[in-house]
Amino acid sequence: MMAPFFKFGLFGDNLGMVVAFAVGIGFGFFLERAGFGNARKLAAQFYFTDLRVFKVMFTAIVTAMLGVYYLSVFGFMDLSLVYLTPTFLAPQMVGGLILGMGFVVGGYCPGTACVGVATGRIDALVLFIGIFVGIFGFSELFPLVSGFYNATPMGQLTLPQVTRLPYGFIVFAVVLMALGGFAGAEWVEKRMAARKVEA
Amino acid sequence: MHPTKPAEPYWNPYLAGVGLGLVLLASFVIMGRGLGASGAFASTITAGLTAVAPNHVAGNPAFSEYLKEGTSPLNDWLVFEVLGVFVGGFLSGTLAHRVTRTVEKGPRISTSGRLVFAFIGGVLMGVGAKFARGCTSGQALTGGALLNAGSWAFMIMVFAGAYAFAYLMRRQWT
Repeated sequence: MMAPFFKFGLFGDNLGMVVAFAVGIGFGFFLERAGFGNARKLAAQFYFTDLRVFKVMFTAIVTAMLGVYYLSVFGFMDLSLVYLTPTFLAPQMVGGLILGMGFVVGGYCPGTACVGVATGRIDALVLFIGIFVGIFGFSELFPLVSGFYNATPMGQLTLPQVTRLPYGFIVFAVVLMALGGFAGAEWVEKRMAARKVEA
Repeated sequence: MHPTKPAEPYWNPYLAGVGLGLVLLASFVIMGRGLGASGAFASTITAGLTAVAPNHVAGNPAFSEYLKEGTSPLNDWLVFEVLGVFVGGFLSGTLAHRVTRTVEKGPRISTSGRLVFAFIGGVLMGVGAKFARGCTSGQALTGGALLNAGSWAFMIMVFAGAYAFAYLMRRQWT
């Protein structure tokens, strides 16, 4: 057992910031490679013409999920030391709904907006400013919404705990679901392309 | 800012997804934490506000949770990570001749109309990310890979919200 390296004290906070910067470079690089610096490519997901948001997201999720799973199965990594955001079900679902609405209205999410700004997109810059306004507004009004914000606390909770199924089984199910989703996405894209030619 | 060479096509989404997944995995293995974005915005606001109204920040837990003892709220892991996102995005865009000063929009909406929607979308993003304790990076990607129950509920609702409003927004994109 030696990973996560930082948690085992292999390096300190200062080097951690260097890691943050390096990880960010990789993150931004692949987001841009995926086409996520471009709001039209992102929004196309919601009109079924280009489903790369789904494909990239779920390929990334499956890759990292399989990685942490096998690294912990082989005893290289202590998964319990990886930070897990506690679940607050109701505000997270409402927040997801608002964020999803913002996604199709604005065309970027916070991370992809940064990539859009970095590659010159003015619409991304305006959305970027909007995020600051939204967070500032939420925080100013926090006393009014703090009750709901802290509602339905469930602690650190994973799908294997919810379903009482083995971790490996859920991993396998997510892989199957993703593969099915990819096949479905390819099929939908072909149909939409054919429809466009007809029209 | 107009590139001299034509923009290269984007990568195959599965290939880009594997790249993104490996970056996320590296973050788990090296740091014991995943990716994020919206937290850096909150830290930046807190830093700015602390400079002008420190008592106001201290009295509001939505700001004060981003304060750091003995150092600026900007001395934060996510802030450094997001700075890297700008650099990495710019690097990739430059190498593929995709850095262009432009507004991305569908053919049926004016530029100013598109920018109004971009602003509204940004505000919604900020509010949604606060309620959800994270955004597409911190919740959907990171929590998704860790099989975090709240993150999966969040992710389903993001797609539900976007698809529910896609028809209303069709003039902007199609």
